[in-house]
Amino acid sequence: MVEFGFPAFLVLSAFLFACGLTCLATKRNAIGILMGVELILNAANLNFVAAARFVPTFRLEGQVFAVLVIVLAAAEAAVALAIFLNFYNNHATVNVENATDLKG
Amino acid sequence: MTFHDALFLILATASAVSALGVVVSSSIIRSAIWLLFMLMGVSGLYFFLGAEFLGAAQLIVYVGGTMVLVVFGGMLTTRGPFDHVPVGLVGWVLGGGLSLALFALLVQASLSFVSHPRTDTALPGTGPLGLTLLGVPETPGQTAYLLPFEIVSIHLLVVLIAAAYLARAKRRPTSTHPEADHG
Repeated sequence: MVEFGFPAFLVLSAFLFACGLTCLATKRNAIGILMGVELILNAANLNFVAAARFVPTFRLEGQVFAVLVIVLAAAEAAVALAIFLNFYNNHATVNVENATDLKG
Repeated sequence: MTFHDALFLILATASAVSALGVVVSSSIIRSAIWLLFMLMGVSGLYFFLGAEFLGAAQLIVYVGGTMVLVVFGGMLTTRGPFDHVPVGLVGWVLGGGLSLALFALLVQASLSFVSHPRTDTALPGTGPLGLTLLGVPETPGQTAYLLPFEIVSIHLLVVLIAAAYLARAKRRPTSTHPEADHG
């Protein structure tokens, strides 16, 4: 019988990470890139919580770090969206190909 | 197959399929809805692992807060329904190939882990978690996390001010892009 333990969670988390990386690499819309970052952060968080469950010395720390990651991800999303809206006000697009004139 | 395994399979499949949906959807709003289901699946996995506080926090902060930001950001910055930027074949090959290679590497590393047996003792709940964040360790020798907690608090305040400053409505006196003004 197959028992789904720590490696199963690690594999799932690796899959979410790969999806997020593909999002980052292929999407041209800045909001889509932000979604890729959210996928990657969730993959890392899933690893933390799985470690809290399966690694005996990590029971409290895994949860503490996951809480910190959730908070920082929310803050990052807020600032990124503010920057994108500002960019949209100036360029009427959020396509990152058109952001090449953002210099100095 | 036990009930635990079936539940894990359902939640993991839902999360993985939704994550794939985020990647392959060309419309930004559809990607956002797939992301919503992915976040709910991960939240279910937190509950499955016994971390109730984190599951609830994930639902409140991500599904309730960040998703509203992303959906409204998407709606404010698209010019019409089903507006999308097509991805070229080169982009799919390069990005997908890179991700597949990394996925294979991570799977190889993950499977080399020794699986700890699942202990059925409950994880530390909200009480010990809050006390740790406030600098009161559960047992005398344990690390407390008051300083990260305070840094995160200040960080959130700074982010709040910065987001309000960056996104405030303003009109530029002279415009070098005339077409940008009706945006």
